[in-house]
Amino acid sequence: MKNKKEDSGKSVDEKINKLAKEVLNQIEKNNNPTVDMPLRGITNVYFDEKNKIIQMGNKTSSRSFFNLGQSKKFMQTFLAAKVIQDLIKQNITVPIRSIYYNTKHTIEGTKEETWNDQSESDPIIEDLEVTLDALREELHVRAGSKGAMVGNLTIIDSGDKIDLRKMGSGGWSIPSIVENNIIKFDKCEATYILFIEKDTIWSRFNEDKFWRKNNCIIIHGGGQPPRGVRRLLRRMHDELKLPVYVVVDSDIYGLYIYSVVKQGSINLAFESMRMAVPKARFLGLSSFDFEKYKLPSSVILRLKEVDKKRIKEVMGYPWFKDNKWQKEIKHMLKIGVKLELEALSAKNFKFITEKYVPDKIRNKDYLD
Amino acid sequence: MKKEEPIAERLAKEQRSISISEFFLKNKHLLGFDNPRKALLTTIKEAIDNSLDACEEARVLPDIIVEVIDLGVDRFEVTVEDNGPGIVKQQIPNIFGKLLYGSKFHKLKCSRGQQGIGISAAAMYGQLTTGKPITIVSKIQKDKPAHFYELQIDTKRNEPQIIAEQIVEWEKDHGTKIKIVLEAKYQKGKQGIDEYLEQTAIVNPHLYLIYTNPEKQRLEFPRATKELPKEPKEIKPHPYGVELGILINMLQDTKSSTLQGFLQSDFCRVSANVAKEICDKAGVYEKSRPSRIAKQEAENLYKAIQEVKIIAPPTDSVTPIGEELILKGLKKEIKADFYASITRSPSVYRGNPFIVEAGIAYGGDIPKEDTIKLLRFANRVPLQYQQSACAITKSVISTAWRNYGLSQSKGALPIGPVVLLVHIASVWVPFTSESKEAIAHYPEIIKEIKLALQDVGRKLASYIRKHVRANEQRQKFDLLKSYSEELASSVASITGKDKDKIFNDLLKGAERLYKDLKDNGMIDKNEK
Repeated sequence: MKNKKEDSGKSVDEKINKLAKEVLNQIEKNNNPTVDMPLRGITNVYFDEKNKIIQMGNKTSSRSFFNLGQSKKFMQTFLAAKVIQDLIKQNITVPIRSIYYNTKHTIEGTKEETWNDQSESDPIIEDLEVTLDALREELHVRAGSKGAMVGNLTIIDSGDKIDLRKMGSGGWSIPSIVENNIIKFDKCEATYILFIEKDTIWSRFNEDKFWRKNNCIIIHGGGQPPRGVRRLLRRMHDELKLPVYVVVDSDIYGLYIYSVVKQGSINLAFESMRMAVPKARFLGLSSFDFEKYKLPSSVILRLKEVDKKRIKEVMGYPWFKDNKWQKEIKHMLKIGVKLELEALSAKNFKFITEKYVPDKIRNKDYLD
Repeated sequence: MKKEEPIAERLAKEQRSISISEFFLKNKHLLGFDNPRKALLTTIKEAIDNSLDACEEARVLPDIIVEVIDLGVDRFEVTVEDNGPGIVKQQIPNIFGKLLYGSKFHKLKCSRGQQGIGISAAAMYGQLTTGKPITIVSKIQKDKPAHFYELQIDTKRNEPQIIAEQIVEWEKDHGTKIKIVLEAKYQKGKQGIDEYLEQTAIVNPHLYLIYTNPEKQRLEFPRATKELPKEPKEIKPHPYGVELGILINMLQDTKSSTLQGFLQSDFCRVSANVAKEICDKAGVYEKSRPSRIAKQEAENLYKAIQEVKIIAPPTDSVTPIGEELILKGLKKEIKADFYASITRSPSVYRGNPFIVEAGIAYGGDIPKEDTIKLLRFANRVPLQYQQSACAITKSVISTAWRNYGLSQSKGALPIGPVVLLVHIASVWVPFTSESKEAIAHYPEIIKEIKLALQDVGRKLASYIRKHVRANEQRQKFDLLKSYSEELASSVASITGKDKDKIFNDLLKGAERLYKDLKDNGMIDKNEK
């Protein structure tokens, strides 16, 4: 469970103030300014067997200004904290990329930039998120939004009623913050949610009006789904009581996307409680589908060494320890083959929408 | 039909002996007079070599005065004056007016001049290019007269011609002053006389030199030590070092009446037993008269010598500059941050003992981006030409300077703020040519040079490591200071406290972190 601090009730503005005051105190005493922050990463996550989700552990690491390897990160942490406080005071929410641009400048007296690129600033903001025990939206920062949704559902987005049955070919684009003060659910006939890895395949489903015929909601996250998509899945699952089915490529990345939807991610383990859908069902592609559907061998891709290495790594994660997963993964290794969703087009273009998915759901041919 | 004269007879009419002087005329490049610029350098060089050798032999601290006057139309007047022992009257014409006359050729001794061809060649060059005779003033003792000579060389007979001679007044107690007018070209910088004198001053820290250049600038090179180089000992040749031609000459010139006696007395390290062994191996009777040894027998002897085991020659005949004096010499002429030197133990090539020394100067005023400046010396004489042909250059190039903190491309001299000095002292320095500009590639010599280079290289590497580390720490501190500025600004903005106070507090912490640096004087005490 998340390590709740005694001041978790306070506003983020107050938390930032407190953090800065502690550091100021250390500076005045000529101590090494140090901030303890929960450790993000594989070494500080555990699999919560009861809730079937990835949780963040209690390990913390300290970041100190006078430790040479950490000086810059320490400085960057407070650069980001200052800007977030400004955002809170002005009550505006900005993309995470804007924070990067807003605070990027040449450090006086050096040839260094405050950040070299966004891949430096994003983790610092995530560090602040866990250190302040705050939600992303409380920081007034938006992740880049990707992902879209259509289906037999009406929602209210920032006060606008939106009928997801009338979204044309592009669908409703999912914002990064989808908490119920922004997104509310209205009329819903759908009986399940189909999560599709890729936008291209999702478009195929939308073109066929799959959701109308099968009375469901179809959603994609443009590859690895961003927070907004995951949080929305979770809310729909909880509040609309809809089962979630997942369709991904038959490779380790597809499998991992499913895992993130189901149990949460290592990097954002502290958000699993709000985002993971432990009951999400894996429809496919399964490593057994190649033989089962007698696909021509010309559609397969051979596993590369990096794939095999990653597969073995993933096999070791506790949340993949279950026998059915080991079987699925081992078979992938054994046949040495990966399959893209598009490979089903070898049968015919409508095979995936008219045969593969409906059959699997009907026959309960899935893993969970 | 008229009887034809045989070709050989006709040719015989054209065949005659060539005088050394004539030979020189046609081959002046061999002796360093290839062009007017080099001629000027060689002239000064030969004069100074002689002066230094003479002073050391007489155990006098050398004071040398050099003046080069531009007479216009490519003519220069060179004057070199020393406080050496002087030359006795009768010898003056021979020394300056006859090629291949001197005392050094017949000796194996660590001296600068070796062939005795130098100064008279310079005189002859002057005579050939300007028609002017060489003038000499020399005095051997306080109460003795100073003799003045004007000499020309009879280039056909290799004999001196006295144009004028007289007794003159000279305020010096003893010494020699020569004046040569020659066609020349003066150029400052690389391979010029200024460079030569500067380098000479480095490896002869006991020398006091005043030099007035053609631009009438008077340069003074102070003495860094009153210690004269150890007097070089003369040694007899070692059998391994002798060449067949020289062996044949020695057989003719010896005073010994038997071959065994000759081997024993005219060479070093040859005992009666060793001499006998050589004779036996060569199949020559040991009681033979040396002068009657035929060429074939001499050749057999020569071969036998190589096969007989003879102990290495004594090495005390070689006089190095010494590590301390190399440092003094470098410090005197080159402004740098770091100096190191090494004098290797004596070693032997072809029966000739030799010692390699190296010195290094790093940083300071030395240009950083250029290839290093390599100073080559043989018996304290700078070698300024034919750098690429020299064993020293080869050794420097084939040393892995990257290990010692300098950058280096393959097959090139390293790059960095370095002056590298390499000195070879030997009773017989093997040059690649008579102009004495490059050292021959003997494996024994190259090995010793490389060992010396590695020694100074390691010393340099340790300095650079320390220096670079201190520099890096200084840079890190500067960076931390800049970060402190940023951090203070953020914390001040959040807490509403005074930014400057936060920054100053942070700086105190940062400075404490770098206390070591501060102790080393890396942080300016006034810095905030």
